Amino acid sequence: MSKQEHDKNNYQIKNSANTVKLRNWTIAWVVTMAIAAFAPKFIWDFNTSLTIIALVVNLGIGFRMLIANRAYLRGLDEMQQKILLEAMALALGIGLVVGLSYELLEDIKLITFQPEIAHLVILMGITYLIAVISGHRKYQ
Amino acid sequence: MNNRIKVLRAEQDWSQQALADKIGVSRQAVNAVERGKHDPSLQLAFDIANQFNQRIEDIFFPEKLTNSEGCE
Repeated sequence: MSKQEHDKNNYQIKNSANTVKLRNWTIAWVVTMAIAAFAPKFIWDFNTSLTIIALVVNLGIGFRMLIANRAYLRGLDEMQQKILLEAMALALGIGLVVGLSYELLEDIKLITFQPEIAHLVILMGITYLIAVISGHRKYQ
Repeated sequence: MNNRIKVLRAEQDWSQQALADKIGVSRQAVNAVERGKHDPSLQLAFDIANQFNQRIEDIFFPEKLTNSEGCE
């Protein structure tokens, strides 16, 4: 078996390995985000040094997660990449358009509460998820 | 774009997964290309053609050509 053929046979193995790496870095990022968000109040009473360390660690792991995500995307075949690209474009577009309008709602007094960035993240996440599922159905 | 992948696979007795493994893509990608739902890149078209020892133009047909000349 040639090296090229061997590499191609490893598509699923490589893809699974990239998925596991991305999952692990994402979990690590979520955990460090939770630590950076809640530990200053509940664990170390807003100790500045510890808070900065937690934030730097969170940022570092966040960048590592981005690298893992890039490796995951590059490891996919062209059709999967196309599906994810379309989903990301839609999520970004919806996030930009709806996010700005949502932020405007408070400025023009149509809502009384402060718009939260978390709402936008949830909207983009749901949009991305629906777009990925719909993309897979489209190419079935 | 239409193609003869299904016929060629059947001749070789290869499943979609078997072809996907040989060309290094997912089974879903092979299925989408085979059904004409995804137009492959030139590289993927070459990879597929190489697996069947055929030329690209013997496997893939533009839809207009397919309709006007009654290709499969």
